[in-house]
Amino acid sequence: MKLKKLLSLTLIASTVVAGTVGCAKKDAGGDVFMIGGSGPLTGSAASYGISVKQGAELAIKEINDAGGVNGIKLELNFLDDEAKAQPAIAAYNKVMDEGADAILGTVTSDSMLAITELTNEDGILQITPSASVQEATKYENAFRVCFTDPLQGVTMADYAVETLGYKNLAVLYNVADNYSKGVATAFIEEAKAKGATIVAEESFVTDDVDFNTQLTTIKAAGADALFLPVYYQDAAYIINQANQQGITLPLLGSDGWDGVLGQLEDASLANGGIFLSPFAANDPAENVQKFVKAYQEEFDAVPDQFAADGYDGVYIIKAAIEKAGSTDSAKLIAAMTEIEVDGVTGKMTFTPEGEPNKSAKLIEIVNGEYQLKQ
Amino acid sequence: MKLLSQLINGLNAGSIYALIALGYTMVYGIAKMINFAHGDIIMVGAYVVWVAIAVLKLPVSVGLIIGVAACAVLGIFIEKVAYKPLRKAPPLAVLITAIGVSYFLQSASLLIFSSAKRTFPVSFDIPAITIGSLVVPGQTILILVVTSICMIALHLFINKTKAGSAMLAVSEDKDAAQLMGVNVNKTISMTFAIGSALAAVAGVLFASSYVYVYPTMGSLIGIKAFVAAVLGGIGSVPGAMLGGILLGLIESLSKTYLSTQLSNAIVFGILILVLLVRPSGLLGKSRTEKV
Repeated sequence: MKLKKLLSLTLIASTVVAGTVGCAKKDAGGDVFMIGGSGPLTGSAASYGISVKQGAELAIKEINDAGGVNGIKLELNFLDDEAKAQPAIAAYNKVMDEGADAILGTVTSDSMLAITELTNEDGILQITPSASVQEATKYENAFRVCFTDPLQGVTMADYAVETLGYKNLAVLYNVADNYSKGVATAFIEEAKAKGATIVAEESFVTDDVDFNTQLTTIKAAGADALFLPVYYQDAAYIINQANQQGITLPLLGSDGWDGVLGQLEDASLANGGIFLSPFAANDPAENVQKFVKAYQEEFDAVPDQFAADGYDGVYIIKAAIEKAGSTDSAKLIAAMTEIEVDGVTGKMTFTPEGEPNKSAKLIEIVNGEYQLKQ
Repeated sequence: MKLLSQLINGLNAGSIYALIALGYTMVYGIAKMINFAHGDIIMVGAYVVWVAIAVLKLPVSVGLIIGVAACAVLGIFIEKVAYKPLRKAPPLAVLITAIGVSYFLQSASLLIFSSAKRTFPVSFDIPAITIGSLVVPGQTILILVVTSICMIALHLFINKTKAGSAMLAVSEDKDAAQLMGVNVNKTISMTFAIGSALAAVAGVLFASSYVYVYPTMGSLIGIKAFVAAVLGGIGSVPGAMLGGILLGLIESLSKTYLSTQLSNAIVFGILILVLLVRPSGLLGKSRTEKV
């Protein structure tokens, strides 16, 4: 059964590749380059997928309004994968059936791991806006816009120990989630290496809603700060319950925190929380402000880092097409390490391993709002 | 002190389990069926309150009353439509129907409300009590008080009123009760109404503790409450209370001292252990019965 599926996939892929090669040979202006992708548009991580999709839509609209890439119009085919493995595979198969020329996705780590082998077999260029798990880019056709989990953990540990001077740290993470576990593990290692003590290492599993037990343990452990490498919904649960328990520890987070304020009835509960993000909507940089303004006009919302990642993802594909001078998948992949993109998540180049070179930003929650920390 | 705090956390969760377990146990006692849709009635209750207060902007007290009343009516309705026609059917048919009702309620609310988590509009601002370094959150106090009141009221109702005696009689022997002039249909309806109303109360407490309302919120906690009911002895009202509290404590202590990952496994391991060692539960009457 599986073999059959793989076979048919490869067949589809080869027709698609053949098709795009054919397209590239024609230099007619009416060509369309389809960017396929998937992300959670429903479910508890929906905010991420919707943001990526809207960011990508905005970029595509801008590019097409300016005449496309080398005369080729871009088109987005972005499906829901509920941040889960099986729906991600189904979504990938569907966009490939419909003729995708490059993949923008997936948005979350678990679904990324589910399809990365398939995209590699198909030899298609894959850009993940935000799947930060280390193995997401293990194949040469996959690149990412965001930071890796280990890098996030190391950056936050250095910041907590060296800049903020915390000596006793507590960590609470989702042991059933690759992203959360990856960031937490790197954080703990780095913090220990820098001389800090991990006084409490607590975990939970996906769909848990009661964090009181873990918070009580953390409270009793005498920590200076609590690191929460978790998605925004879990972060919101934890912040609410910590407040109910009267816990006032400074909170540190990873990029999954983006969106947490929308989940809190009283956003000020998260005040003082600091998390890592490649993007801040109040970054004064000119291209960021232009993007924020356009996004607000289009979607009536302030873009978060996922919207920025999706937006940059499309511009990265555009740069790759321009560099390659072709829409052939192999040439696009080869071009990836040669491009430099000045995106809204920073100026970046890509390593052959698929990682972006760019600098991290820290966001602090002040008066119930995200603020770029200088 | 840490142990004491963890015991309070356990009481907090355990009281909610107990409240839900009461519904399981009452229905089992009377109708001799496991109402697996019970967990989802919690969710319906929470959504009704959410609609009443957050959407229709009704006062909180009115919203709460509507929630409890709606669940009581829903309980009666489900019994009439889904379970009553199967009263003479084999137990397995009823069990499967109950699971079907559970999926129906979840999917219906997914369609109506989508999977987005909504912020529950009711939060009870009760100051925490601080004794030394021990903090008892106001929410926990509220849950303990409400649960205790519900249990005492239910206990008095069953043992001191005529309707309660009728329930006891029906649970002993349905046919004999009917011969003695007890209206069996009315008694069963009443049982479902009371069980579902308690589920609505549990739903409000659960949603106000954990802030969010979503279509699958009742499934895991419903199953855990079922374990609590079995642990205490299904069919026994004091057993449900004991089972719920015990389960909350076990869960909290195993999270603290053993493993957070394994806490659910431990909870369900208890179910298996009870079924093996003492199938009638801690306070249950032992008699051979097929579930």
